[in-house]
Amino acid sequence: MMLNIGPAHPAMHGIIRVVAKLDGEQIEEAETEIGYLHRGFEKMSETVDYNGVMPYTDRLNYVSPIINNMGYCMAVEKLIGISVPERCHYVRVVMSEISRLTDHLTCIGATAMELGAFTVFLYMIKAREYLWELVEKVTGARLTVSYCRVGGVKADLPDDFLEPCQEAFKETRKVIEEAHGLLTRNRIFVDRMEGTGIISAEDAIAYGITGPFLRGSGPDFDVRKDCPYAVYDQIDFDVPVGTTGDNMDRYLVRMEEMEQSMRIVETALRDMPPGPVQVNPETGRPISASEMVDLAKVGDIEAISGGCAVTGPTLEGSGRAHHASIATEEKRAILPPKEDTYGNIEGLMRQFKLVMFGHGLRPPAGEAYHPVEGANGELGFYAISDGSGQPYRVRVRPPCFAIMSALPELLVGGSIADMTPTFGSVNMIGGELDR
Amino acid sequence: MNAAELIQSVTSRYADRVRSSHDYRGDATIVLQHEALVEVAQFLKEDPALQMNFLMDLTAVDYSTFGKAAKPAFFTSSGVTLKPSSEIPDADPWPGPPGSERYAVVYHFYSMSHKHRLRLVVPVDESVDDLDTLTGLWVGANWLEREVWDMFGITFRGHPDLKRILMYDGFEGHPLRKDYPVNKRQPLIGPQN
Repeated sequence: MMLNIGPAHPAMHGIIRVVAKLDGEQIEEAETEIGYLHRGFEKMSETVDYNGVMPYTDRLNYVSPIINNMGYCMAVEKLIGISVPERCHYVRVVMSEISRLTDHLTCIGATAMELGAFTVFLYMIKAREYLWELVEKVTGARLTVSYCRVGGVKADLPDDFLEPCQEAFKETRKVIEEAHGLLTRNRIFVDRMEGTGIISAEDAIAYGITGPFLRGSGPDFDVRKDCPYAVYDQIDFDVPVGTTGDNMDRYLVRMEEMEQSMRIVETALRDMPPGPVQVNPETGRPISASEMVDLAKVGDIEAISGGCAVTGPTLEGSGRAHHASIATEEKRAILPPKEDTYGNIEGLMRQFKLVMFGHGLRPPAGEAYHPVEGANGELGFYAISDGSGQPYRVRVRPPCFAIMSALPELLVGGSIADMTPTFGSVNMIGGELDR
Repeated sequence: MNAAELIQSVTSRYADRVRSSHDYRGDATIVLQHEALVEVAQFLKEDPALQMNFLMDLTAVDYSTFGKAAKPAFFTSSGVTLKPSSEIPDADPWPGPPGSERYAVVYHFYSMSHKHRLRLVVPVDESVDDLDTLTGLWVGANWLEREVWDMFGITFRGHPDLKRILMYDGFEGHPLRKDYPVNKRQPLIGPQN
């Protein structure tokens, strides 16, 4: 019997069509059809400038957007040949690991829900809410953040970041422990996950599978350890590895990776180089920024000299004091702080040359490939520039594309019921698969 | 192996098939004649010093409008042209598009044991059935080559099932080609304009 497990299906998170040829409940042949969420990321990136691609990258793997942002920025920075300050690397690492946490929470929660464990799903979504509140404190948005910029990040971590972060991690650890208690030795869960969706290490490598899917089968390839970027080589963490390559191993790998992500964030927050020295409010008189601009326009220098601008919450963390720690020194790559844009002519010229139509960031002609460790595996960005203001070609190497190409082989031989945990542990994110 | 040694180990063996090579920004890149693709790929996979067991990415680039972006006439000398910082020395500028052919198919390889990467660039023309499939060596090449066919129209000889993957079956044209307009609508269901 031919069964069309059609694009819209309650057990398929994401839109994908599986045409299965069945013999009773046994799947004899399976064919996957993807492309339902293809939005032309690569074509659209050729029409906007380099920083304009950032919102498109958010929407690739939309459960871990900062990892996509970071991958793209690092590829373009490699292409241009600029480097960012060390604190900026640490901030990017912290935000990436928080994104990885949200991704793994979503994956395990959704898999558990499809197997009937609705409670685990809700607990993990609760933990994800805490993390999203953290992300909102830093970036202003929960999901589609556009946090990184070519040459830095949008804003520094707020001063009161450490305590909410510790609170959120305490809640997340509680949730992970509860999930372990509910799932890991649960007879039904183990029976459905163990022995299903087995892939051997050689097959996984032949398909180009990376990330937790590959690590569940044995090889300990992790881009953060093997090809370290940002400051991952200075942070101590472990890479969990499975043995049999079945769904249970991949679930355990993801659970342990969440703990390791939290460990990375805590280490990074401890080792981060200190932020800027805050201007002493007694000697540096705070003046509201709009007032300062008005006084400067009429030339009233005495009124504003010795003052420091106080901007609104949108620009928090991206002021002149923070700029040295979140932006590259290359002035022609990144926008100036707003005090400079409105306060002096050099800042205004710098802003103009980067933003106005016809002007803009123009890297030298070249090509660069930079891989980062996405939540699903190696997320590589390959950028080609022809010296003009728009990228000539931006290619995303999507990690779940390789895993989905192996899905038919994983499904054949199992029953339809085995498709649910297998598909859940693939963690197919439509935005990344189809772009 | 570092980039120079990687390039050396391939060019020393296939000197007549390698058109050029460079390591711009530290990425070892070899521009190869299309006839030698499968042979070189097999060498990369099986040679014990290289052991490139991962075919990480397979994509293509359409170089037909390279450097010909429409510039507003009164802004020809504008823009913030960037030079790299002194930390990243730019001894050799990028050599440019790999050949006079319209497309270049780009393969990224990675070795898990030696932890090194290599990029193979194979220039092809659209009209000739030049390239052989790599599905015999890496199974993952199947879907990647289907995507290149879908987006660019480059065929692969010997591919088991070359059909549309991201676009729907009746789609006309190849979207990532530079002459496919970005705002052209071809909906399966809906207004056609």
